[in-house]
Amino acid sequence: MKSHLLAAAFFLSVAVPALTAQAPALDGEPYIHDPSTIAFSDGKFFTFGTGGGGLMSEDGWTWHPGAVRPGGGAAPDVIHIGDRYYLAYGSTGGGLAGGHAGTIHVMWTKTLDPKSPEFKFNDDSVVASSDGVEDCDAIDPSLMLDPTTGRLWLTYGTYFGYIRLVELDPKTGKRVAGNQPINVAIDMEASDLIYRDGWHYLLGTHGTCCDGPNSTYNIRVGRSRKVTGPYLDNMGIDMLKGGGKLVVAASGRFVGPGHFGRLDLGDGVEKFSCHYEADLDRSGRSVLDIRPLLWKDGWPVGGDNFAGGTYEIQSERSGFALELAVDFVRMDRGGRGGRGAPAGPVTPIPAQELAQVSPNWPAGNIDIRLGDFMFRPHQKWTITPVANAGGYPGSPYFKIAITGTDRTLAATADGEVVALPGFNGSPEQLWRIDQLTDGTYRIMPKSMPNSKEPMALTAVGSSTPTLARFDPKSDKARWNFKRP
Amino acid sequence: MNTLRKIALPAIGVLAVLAFQALSAAPDDAPRSIAPYFTPATSSPKKPDPDGFLQRWLLLDPINKPNRTNTVFTDTYVRATFSTEYFPNQFTVIPHNGDKVTVGDQELAWHALDSTNFNVKLFRFAYGLNKPAYGVIFWAVTVVNSPREIQNARIAVGSNSASMWWLNGKEAVDLFGDRRMVMDDCVSKRLTLNKGRNVIRGAVINGPGLSDFCVRLVEEDGQPIKDVTLSLP
Repeated sequence: MKSHLLAAAFFLSVAVPALTAQAPALDGEPYIHDPSTIAFSDGKFFTFGTGGGGLMSEDGWTWHPGAVRPGGGAAPDVIHIGDRYYLAYGSTGGGLAGGHAGTIHVMWTKTLDPKSPEFKFNDDSVVASSDGVEDCDAIDPSLMLDPTTGRLWLTYGTYFGYIRLVELDPKTGKRVAGNQPINVAIDMEASDLIYRDGWHYLLGTHGTCCDGPNSTYNIRVGRSRKVTGPYLDNMGIDMLKGGGKLVVAASGRFVGPGHFGRLDLGDGVEKFSCHYEADLDRSGRSVLDIRPLLWKDGWPVGGDNFAGGTYEIQSERSGFALELAVDFVRMDRGGRGGRGAPAGPVTPIPAQELAQVSPNWPAGNIDIRLGDFMFRPHQKWTITPVANAGGYPGSPYFKIAITGTDRTLAATADGEVVALPGFNGSPEQLWRIDQLTDGTYRIMPKSMPNSKEPMALTAVGSSTPTLARFDPKSDKARWNFKRP
Repeated sequence: MNTLRKIALPAIGVLAVLAFQALSAAPDDAPRSIAPYFTPATSSPKKPDPDGFLQRWLLLDPINKPNRTNTVFTDTYVRATFSTEYFPNQFTVIPHNGDKVTVGDQELAWHALDSTNFNVKLFRFAYGLNKPAYGVIFWAVTVVNSPREIQNARIAVGSNSASMWWLNGKEAVDLFGDRRMVMDDCVSKRLTLNKGRNVIRGAVINGPGLSDFCVRLVEEDGQPIKDVTLSLP
């Protein structure tokens, strides 16, 4: 996918206005359908899909085939509890066997890495089923460990009747004895339960699957104070009556997002995985993607991966803009001043150009500070994805440089930031940009020189940036990208 | 992932067709019934449920209309399909329980039923009566008695899959495309519910997958109309 990314980078940096471009889906060979929730094992990310195989990634950006699971069937899910990874899958597949008799299996392994000596799936057992006549088709399982109770829940089902909820034993992965299914939704599939701030959220995929660029798959959600429901959408419509608030639908070149899976990266960074029924930039194939998960008024909202472009980088703390520490060059006031009607014709005043000011900038490193944004050349940053430099879940690393120059934002060994006169692709010049749940962004160097400490761009003062450990409770390390 | 509901791709076409055929001809030795989804309608007027959903309907046995995919349900296709006359007076008849019509080589009966759910589970109706459940058209009629003229009312419908609905002989609301049933999915323009008798007529088409619909009458502000009754003709 090198050419894919390079093409995207060129496209972004040359032709597309800021905020209108769409970041490409994941790099590598992310071809999968019905991906499980992404799990982290032995230093790698894993997801499993319909048919038995799966994908793995070292960094969450570049994905390759290689994950392995037995059982075949459709639409598995994975959860990590203690020293076990429980994997649930539907052995039938919603009509694949010619009917709606289905079984959900759960098995466990101590590692997902097929190269590990401890890689072995154990105790494959049936935890739920449908008889082919009842209003349920037991496929598309999803697992959720309720953080408030420690109870393990499994939802399953598809358009053929109800989405159902059953309880499993988190110590064994087996069905709790005597537990009876509870109907929680209709007319959806690929259900998924998550918990946040006192609410249980039931996500599911609506629309039409498996029709390439004509698939109308979209992800929707309802919420409930109790895991057993009722799950209502933003209009108060019960998911048992078809309700569901939109989380993410088709956009740009991506058609039919489905099979939501939450990926909590900690420090307030939440993302979600899904597949697109068709990525129009990849021959219309079904691919995996990882996108920011935002929260608005208590509802999950699918965010967009940062796509690059030219921006003001604004501190959420002070509202000031990241800029080179160079002389502020005044613009001509346009005659006697700005008051009253002009004496002559009304004429535009050209913006200050880079060539007017950059010859006076120091040739070497330039310090970085925060200041009032005046859309001047020393405040405009062009942010470009860097090919073949790796990445993190959902995105590649970015180069951040003053627009029209190669003056590149970089981390220093003493934990500060500076603009270097050129870009060489070293880790301190590569930046990770994660959208946070409130829509602001965290900006982190891939690494500081001689350090593995994860640091984030932080407004230590209203006008002073530095690098510091990210504090999710503070606005100091939250940033906005605004069109200059 | 339920490939059966959304069969369309050539890549899975063979598999899908096999699945469709297997389901259409699926042997099922267990006795079938429309219970607990339906009960016979009685002569007593029936009120809407607490949310205003209309649960008493005259349902015609399904008309065969093979479709292996619901992706064909464009506006034009559905409108043309429902404009076709399948039986005499299909847009005016107010049938009685047990009335029969002939459609091609099918002899079909009307059934006066009360749904036990807010929605009318057409798949369970067809399956329970040992009728074709996939690739079919359903016709439904109900009589709504209103104690008052209600202006600016609306008919709110959800259906799986496409459907069209008429009030007192006039087209009121259409649901085109491969739809899933969501309450209040499509709502008619403002219309007037007569004082006294009103007739709601609907047609639902489906290929593979479950079929059902839910209908309620709502006031201009979206609140359900609950002071009407449903009765047998």
